[in-house]
Formats: sequence, C-alpha cells, structure tokens
Amino acid sequence: MSSSAPGGLEGPFKFPNSPEPQSSSSSFVVPYIEEERPESPAKHGLDEKDFEKLVLGSDFVDESNVDEDCNVAQELKKYKYNIFVLSSAGKPVYSRYGNEDKLSTLFGVMQVLVSFIQDSNDVLKSIRCNGCTFTFLSKGPLILVSVAKTQQSDTQLLSQLTYVYNQVISVVTLSRLTKIFEQKCNYDLRRLLSGSERLIDQLLVFMETDYAFLLGAVRVLPLAPTARDDISNIIVSACSKIKNLVFALLIANNQLITLVRMKKYELQPSDLHLLFNLVNSSESFKTAESWTPICLPLFNPSGFLHCHVSYLSEDCQACLMLLTVDHDLFYTLSTAKQKIVETLRRKGSLKDINDALALKPISASELGIYGLRHFMCKSRKHPQFWSSRVDTPYDTPEEVEHLMSLYQNLHQHVHHPTRPLKLCYQQMDSEIMLGHITAEYEFYFTFEPLVTKSDAISAAGRLPSVWLKDDEEKKKFIFTDPTF
Amino acid sequence: MRTVEGKIVVLGGQGVGKTSMVVRYIGKMFSHHISPTIGASFFTCKINIEDSKVKLQVWDTAGQERFRSMAPMYYRNANAALLVFDITEHASFESVKSWVKELKRNVDEPLVLCVVGNKTDLEPQRQVTREEAMQYTESINGTYFETSALNDDGIEDVFLNVAVGLIKMSKNPNLKHSLRVYNSDNAPNPYLDDAGLTRYGLSSIELNEPLGSEAKSPMCC
Repeated sequence: MSSSAPGGLEGPFKFPNSPEPQSSSSSFVVPYIEEERPESPAKHGLDEKDFEKLVLGSDFVDESNVDEDCNVAQELKKYKYNIFVLSSAGKPVYSRYGNEDKLSTLFGVMQVLVSFIQDSNDVLKSIRCNGCTFTFLSKGPLILVSVAKTQQSDTQLLSQLTYVYNQVISVVTLSRLTKIFEQKCNYDLRRLLSGSERLIDQLLVFMETDYAFLLGAVRVLPLAPTARDDISNIIVSACSKIKNLVFALLIANNQLITLVRMKKYELQPSDLHLLFNLVNSSESFKTAESWTPICLPLFNPSGFLHCHVSYLSEDCQACLMLLTVDHDLFYTLSTAKQKIVETLRRKGSLKDINDALALKPISASELGIYGLRHFMCKSRKHPQFWSSRVDTPYDTPEEVEHLMSLYQNLHQHVHHPTRPLKLCYQQMDSEIMLGHITAEYEFYFTFEPLVTKSDAISAAGRLPSVWLKDDEEKKKFIFTDPTF
Repeated sequence: MRTVEGKIVVLGGQGVGKTSMVVRYIGKMFSHHISPTIGASFFTCKINIEDSKVKLQVWDTAGQERFRSMAPMYYRNANAALLVFDITEHASFESVKSWVKELKRNVDEPLVLCVVGNKTDLEPQRQVTREEAMQYTESINGTYFETSALNDDGIEDVFLNVAVGLIKMSKNPNLKHSLRVYNSDNAPNPYLDDAGLTRYGLSSIELNEPLGSEAKSPMCC
C-alpha cells in the first residue's frame, strides 16, 4: 500500500455488516465495546477479533509490506499507553512509539473509524476491548487517539488527549493549524512540528509521573511567605514599567516560586503545565538567554506570546520566564532580568530559593500518623497542591506507577461527574485509599492495608491540624496574587 | 580602547550544529544532548584584536521550518551572518543558499558573510565538496570555513574572521553601517542602556517595510 493512509479505504477493509447510516444513527450512538458484553461488537458489525486485526493491521495490508508493518504494529502491543496524532485526512503526525511512516496503515484505520461514525452525524468517543481502551478526540483538523491498558477513567484519558492537543497548538497556534489544513488538507504537519516531538514525549512522561495533571494544579516550592513576597516584589518593581509584559513567573525543579500577572489576565493551570513542560524538556535554555515563541491555548489559541527564558544564575537554578505580546521587547526584558537577579542576590533571595530547593519534602511517616504511607493536598481555591515524599514501598518505577493508578482511581471516584463524594474510602489489595474533601482542601491519602476504617478516617481528620499548623499553610501555598 | 559592537546572526537548517558551534566557542564545551533551539538564543562575547575590542551579540536561531517566519526579527540590523550547513547533508547546503537570497533581498546594510561547513569529523560521509562550497562562497563575497564543533576544530577562526570583518567595516568611511563604535573607557556596557535599546532594539520595522511584510508571507506549506 502506498504511504498515503486514506488510500487504504479502497483496500480490503470493509465493515462486514455495516448498518445503513441513515437508518441507524440513533442505535449507533457510540460503539462502546465492553469487555463484559462480547456480543456488542458484533452488533456494530465488527467482531472483536476482526477489530484487533484491524487495529494491528494484520488483515489490512498489502502483501509486500505485511511483515514489516505487522512487526511494527506488534511491537506497539507491549506498551501500556500509546498516543497517536493524525490529520483528519489520515496523515500521520505523531506516534509515541515507533516510526509514524511505518504505521500508516494503522493511522488509516483510525481515520476510517472516526470518519465512519462521523458520516452518521455522530462522534466516536471510545472503544473498549480486551482490557484496552481506545479513546478518540477529534478537534479541528486533528484526530488524537490513545490506546490505554490502564484503569483510568474516560475523563482522565480524554483530558490527556486534550493536553497533547494543547501542546501541538502551543507549538503552531490554532489559527495557523486551521489555515494550513484549509489550504492543503493533506499537509504533512510533521514538517512544522519537527524538533517539537520531544515536547510531546516529555509531556506524556510528565503526565504519567506527576500528580499535577491529575489534580489540575501546580506544585509550589515551599517558602516563608515573607521570602516569597520579597521575590515577587523584586520582580514587580523591575518590570512594572514595561508595557505589554503579561506574565512573569519563576519556577525551579517543577515547582512554582511566584507568578506575577497583568491585572486583566490569568494563567490557567493547564497553560502553566505547558510552560513547565517547555522548561523541563529544553536543556538548551540553561546555556543562554532565549527568546522563544509560545502559544498558550487557554490564554489565546490564535497567537504567540514571546517568552524571555533564562536561568537566574550559575549558582541558582531557578528559571525566569517573562511573557510578552511584543516581539521587540527582548533587550528590555534582558535588562530587567539582570536587574532582578542583582536585587535577588543582594536581598538574599537566591539563598532562600536554594535552601528551599535543598529541602526535600517531608515523608508521610515523619508526621507520626499510624499507617500513613503517602498523601497529597490540593487547595480548592488556588490551583496548587503539595504531596509528601514518595517513600518505601513505592521506590521502584513499577510501584510509583501503581501508586499513580491508585490515585487516579480514587480521584475519579471522588470527582465522579454525577455523584461527587466528600469522603471516599477504598480497601485495595495492598493499601487503603482515602479521599477527603474539606471546605478549603482536597486530601488524598494512602494507608497501610491493615489500618482500620475508623483509624484511617480519624487520622485524615486530624492531619490538617498537624501538618498545616502555624505558618506551614502559607509556606506551602501561595495565597497572594501579585500583579504589575 | 576602540570598541566595535556588532550583531551577528547564525542561520542554517535544523541539526547542522549552529548551537553546538556557538556553545563550543562561547561556553568552551560540547554536548551530545543539545536540544533543538526554540526561537532563538542570545549570547554575548568579546574578542580583542590588536588595538580594538569587538563585542559580539550573537543570535543563535532555530533551524526548524516553523521558525523561518521569525528570522527577520533576528537578521534585521545584523552586521554579520554565519551561514552554517552540515557537510554530510547536501540539502542543508541548499538551505544556506536560500538564506543568502533572503538576506540579499531584505538587508540593505553591509553584512560580513561567513559560510561554515560543519561536522568535518564525519568526513567519510561528506556530500558537499570543499570546492563546491568555496566556489559558491566566493560568488557571494563571503569567506568559507570548515569546522567541527565536536573536535573544536576551526571554530575560533570563524569568530575571529567575523571580528576582523567588523573592524574593517567600521574603519571604512564609505560604508554606511549600524555598528556601534566608541572608546570603551567612557562607555560601560552600552548595549543595555537606553540609547543602546533604541539603536539595537528591534524597533525599526517601519524603516524596513519589506521585512515587516516578510514576517507574514513565507511559511504557508
């Protein structure tokens, strides 16, 4: 088969008993193939084996490419979580694993599935089979597909696809993306994304390992409120006269130190995550000042902000980002940055930051609460969170992943769309999970499996007073909201 | 001491080693894991030659196609351009030619042009011969260099040549250039003061009509 995926339509692929589109739009709501009901796939004209074959491409390719394509597709089976991005014409854009070119048949199938459902004025959301969830998101000229063998909820899987979509927008902007595909619907978007794949790669790892995405919040570097105010004030006074500066933020080691914003504008957590991801995945920022265009999809999907990115100094690895709409502002911001660093150094703030960075978060066991292994806490008013150090027994990558899936499961129950819970207690195989929503905070706990229910719940009630006593609360969360 | 301050822009296709070259020269190091530049990076360096001091503001641009439309922002007001290609990839040499065309079209001021064939450590895979590159460079009145950022070979010469070129330019009374020339004893760190900003800032779009429009036109597919 040729490498242009849509060509596959003329191939041997057919839905054996495809329902007549016009008559069946109501019965064909979502091909929701559940494991427990093996008869349901057949009802939609696609039996499970066929489906698997299709998705693996084995029944679907030209003889000449069978071996190679098959091998590549088989390779993919071993991964727990895969993501594909393609254009609505079926052109490959991104695949987390494997070479997109080798997967063109697979991309063809995905495109066919989406457009087939679209033809009956419907939307394909997800397919479940063999413990595997295929989630689809069709946005503008792009189709995003994830294949997950995890226990995540539909909402979580969809939110991850949305993040990947936002990452693409952040690189090209929505207006450019739309325009390009209007002019040329079979455009190869990889040309524009080249060099940025690693941003998506890194984002996926970030999502799998950091609770920030699950909670929709950012981690804050714990600092005494006065120290943090000093830093914010220094940034404000150095930048307040600069026109068109929209945001200034200081981050270190994936934690927010401060965010100063223009009065009218706010920065959403998911945009912040993209900025964190940009800094995380770009070693080259460490070597020099950079002048980087970035689009923040929630702030404004159709334009770039220009971002002056620099690390404070050799001896303080905090990264300062100054975001503006004015592309002529580099030298002004460069001067401002020097002023900021000088003042920070003079007032001892660089030392404050370094000290805070050197301090590891406390481990749950240090709190003296019986059986508590790990916990995290999210402020409900401010999108910020704090989590305890991940300790034994969660010290291997598999265990860390296991803990993440426990929290994902707990979070989905607490935030159930139709039946949200204030208190959720889960007895799992090897731990007890507890979610507790108070007026100000959301708490998520992991206990030893043998702790009794009443002990766990009373500990959860006691913890805020132990852990947030004195000024701790103000250290761990940023309650001020400095503006220019 | 007589000080000459100039802006130098590094252009070329993606992955040819622009950042590696600059980091090798300014940071005196080489990393195998350099991530692609996003937008552009800014460096400064000083070179002393005989009785003059040359301060270079180096704009290391990103090679990816998606940043092409932003290039005018960086080459506007530039006094020198380093055009880098990868000797093992002929396409990157072609891309240098298209950069030169773009510069000729859009930059009115005199430019010190340096064509640099990087990655001489991969000699066996060479696709662009030295003769071909030399011939082309002569045709555009530039200077040709071959370098290896990996082995730190020839890079010093490139920057030295640029510095010498800028000094010559500054001493030529017939050339109308935007170099900043002063006696360094009484002008500390001028590129950052207010005068420097108006002079070196990128605020002269209206003076340079084709550049402003250029910023929007290319890039569509």
